[in-house]
Amino acid sequence: MSTKSAESAGAAGVGDSSVFDPGAPYRCSPQVSLRPEPFGALVYHFGTRKLSFLKTLPLVEVVKGLEHHPDVHSAIAAAGVEEAQRPAYLKALAGLAASGTIEARQ
Amino acid sequence: MKLVDHFQYGLNSPICLTWELTYACNLSCAHCLSSSGRRDPRELSTAEAKGVIDELQRMQVFYINIGGGEPTVRPDFWELLDYSIDHNVGVKFSTNGLKIDKKRAAQLAATDYVDIQISIDGATPEVNDYVRGPGSYDMAIRALENLAEAGFAQPKISVVMTRQNVDQLDEFKAIADKYGAQLRITRLRPSGRGADVWDELHPLPGQQKQMYDWLVDRGDQVLTGDSFFHLSAFGEALPGLNLCGAGRVVCLIDPVGDVYACPFAIHENFLAGNVRDEGGFQKVWESSELFTELRKPQTGGACSSCMHYDSCQGGCMAAKFFTGLPLDGPDPECVRGFGEQALAARGEGHVIPKSEVDHSRTKLGKKSPVLLQLSMGRPDRACETSPLAGLGASETDSGLRLPVAGS
Ligand code: SF4
Ligand code: SF4
Repeated sequence: MSTKSAESAGAAGVGDSSVFDPGAPYRCSPQVSLRPEPFGALVYHFGTRKLSFLKTLPLVEVVKGLEHHPDVHSAIAAAGVEEAQRPAYLKALAGLAASGTIEARQ
Repeated sequence: MKLVDHFQYGLNSPICLTWELTYACNLSCAHCLSSSGRRDPRELSTAEAKGVIDELQRMQVFYINIGGGEPTVRPDFWELLDYSIDHNVGVKFSTNGLKIDKKRAAQLAATDYVDIQISIDGATPEVNDYVRGPGSYDMAIRALENLAEAGFAQPKISVVMTRQNVDQLDEFKAIADKYGAQLRITRLRPSGRGADVWDELHPLPGQQKQMYDWLVDRGDQVLTGDSFFHLSAFGEALPGLNLCGAGRVVCLIDPVGDVYACPFAIHENFLAGNVRDEGGFQKVWESSELFTELRKPQTGGACSSCMHYDSCQGGCMAAKFFTGLPLDGPDPECVRGFGEQALAARGEGHVIPKSEVDHSRTKLGKKSPVLLQLSMGRPDRACETSPLAGLGASETDSGLRLPVAGS
């Protein structure tokens, strides 16, 4: 998978990413179901009833791992994402935060 | 790889699953895609239907489109609706409005995860009732009024585009706005009884362009499913699912549990299995011969040299099949006119594949649409029911020619 596909991985488009803080703890929304697919995962949000996609397998790892890590950065590292790809993943995760797929946890 | 490229190879579970709960219908629309009318005695029982819902939940099919026939005539319809929602399978159901009275509308407004789609095929009673039958316009509008009054948020109005209603696109949008509904427009395919009236109803070439222009302007406000990707050859890609997803992301479960590649493809060539078979729906979806075949990389045939092939992909498999065109060639409504040429070249005595599955009521009543009354028994169609039809198909050749979708 290329960096480019990770960039658009949120599929939710560009939202307000200013509130997304990768230094903070996050989790996959309890309203969201992830369905494994060959390319990554299908995301269904039971609240908004929107379908979206996680277009790479590492991104699925990151999203699932969020709740086990103190911040987003360490979840990305734990999923084995290369350093060079980190900005693309952060951008994708910001999109996922804007769409409510992931959310800050206390 | 773009997402549609992944879609071509199929998903672990469908994302556009249509389930027709019954072939019974109070109306007899001239263009009914499933040739509905009479109930099939082999219809899935309540328990069997619940079993299918359990399976869909396990497969993480997050929502389904329920249709028919008129699904609400099944006495257990509301029970199945609740069961589905309770099992995390959201429902959008299509109805002609028959049972949506004030009481029901209020009940539905209080339920989460239900979408309702009301069908109208004309923005005026004249245009609508011509194909859907007398009184059907008023029935649909009454349902919309009841839903609006009950505070049901954003029902959908679903319109099949025909030669007679293309000029009414703005009026449809106005009706939707009036009732707080979302407009959905879809393509008329020559499926079911649609095959009998397609020549008279399908939009003319100039109207195809008219729809395209309208969609370019308003496409973000209307839903289209996978209806109009063949029109993207006019210029830009339109919003919506831009590929034929049959057997890859799309499928149909019919009232007797038969699983077809697409709701518009009720024909033995596109029958993948039955939910009553061992292994159930999941096995059919994952490993039926037909679906495996449909998920193989495909070539564009006669379309592959076309500069629009990337976006148009040769159009709709069902539209080709039920007009007797090869599946690896242009759509009958190809915007470059190759479909028309292919239709003209079919020659005298060509055989259009006809589905064995037909639940049309044989006697027409006062409620039958004018068009159907005119169309029945047209002498120039007599040959299509020739006993010779279907001969020439060999045992080993399914007759299936794969649709053209990317490569
Ligand atoms: S056959 Fe036509 S209607 Fe069916 S999935 Fe393909 S494009 Fe859509
Ligand atoms: S020739 Fe084929 S790909 Fe080109 S516009 Fe026509 S149907 Fe589409």
